[in-house]
Amino acid sequence: MTCTEFLALLDDLIDDSLAAQTRAEIEQHMHKCGHCEVIFNTTRKTIEIYRSHEIYDLPAGIMDRLHAAIMARCKKGC
Amino acid sequence: MSTIQSIAGENEQHPDVALVDRVRAGDVAAYDTLVRKYERQIFRIAQHITQNREDAEDVMQDAFLKAYEKLEQFQGNSKFYTWLVRIAVNESLMRLRKRRTGKMVSIDEDLETEEGSVPRDLADWAPDPEQNYNQSELAEILRKTIQGLPQGFRVVFVLRDVEGLSTEETAETLGLSVPAVKSRLLRARLQLRERLSRYFRMKSPPSRRRKEGVKSDVH
Repeated sequence: MTCTEFLALLDDLIDDSLAAQTRAEIEQHMHKCGHCEVIFNTTRKTIEIYRSHEIYDLPAGIMDRLHAAIMARCKKGC
Repeated sequence: MSTIQSIAGENEQHPDVALVDRVRAGDVAAYDTLVRKYERQIFRIAQHITQNREDAEDVMQDAFLKAYEKLEQFQGNSKFYTWLVRIAVNESLMRLRKRRTGKMVSIDEDLETEEGSVPRDLADWAPDPEQNYNQSELAEILRKTIQGLPQGFRVVFVLRDVEGLSTEETAETLGLSVPAVKSRLLRARLQLRERLSRYFRMKSPPSRRRKEGVKSDVH
């Protein structure tokens, strides 16, 4: 497996949607290629960080006000 | 008993379907439950697209009001959440058009860049690299980094990886083909990784790694 072939399969590897045989080949490639191993680990970490950190959170007070405004309009039939 | 369960299983629908049915029957409280369930996600998506807090607040309200008004049109072929996200994405793009008067806005703009298609920064990251920053520094880094992505990559990454829609749902929501979503997702992930590397790379790489910042020998 080349690094280019590895990159083409990277998303499927991250999303755990590879067939066992392909997965074994890709793991074998990563074992030999430190760069691809880094790309896999850091890309997976990138997703994990964005998933686990709230970067656009609203204070509860503002969310409550927006929520109340929506429901007030709905009760009036919008 | 098993027969009843299997019949129930066949007809088992997403819990939102019952809530939607109740709203259609005039139960506003059921809509309150749906709004509460998804308001943060819808706000985040709107904020990612509009990049503006006031616009995101407006989009969130408008999206829920529009969904309420159009609930009769909701077919139930897709999940309520996916349908709602589609409304929010369209409202967000409309809001952007208003801001950039006269300029067309679509999720296809700025996709010409080749940046990130080939990884260049191959330095490994520190273990738990986010620990090196406090919460507000980290949030700022993550905001700045994702804001630098082209719109068409950013929205795919947000729906697919942050909000957890499937590839098919993301494609349906954005009116894109599944291969287009997959291609954008890979490039979005690689570009974000590349940009975050500036902050998260190890200061002194272990000896088995090559010198930091070397160009890729990926072939």
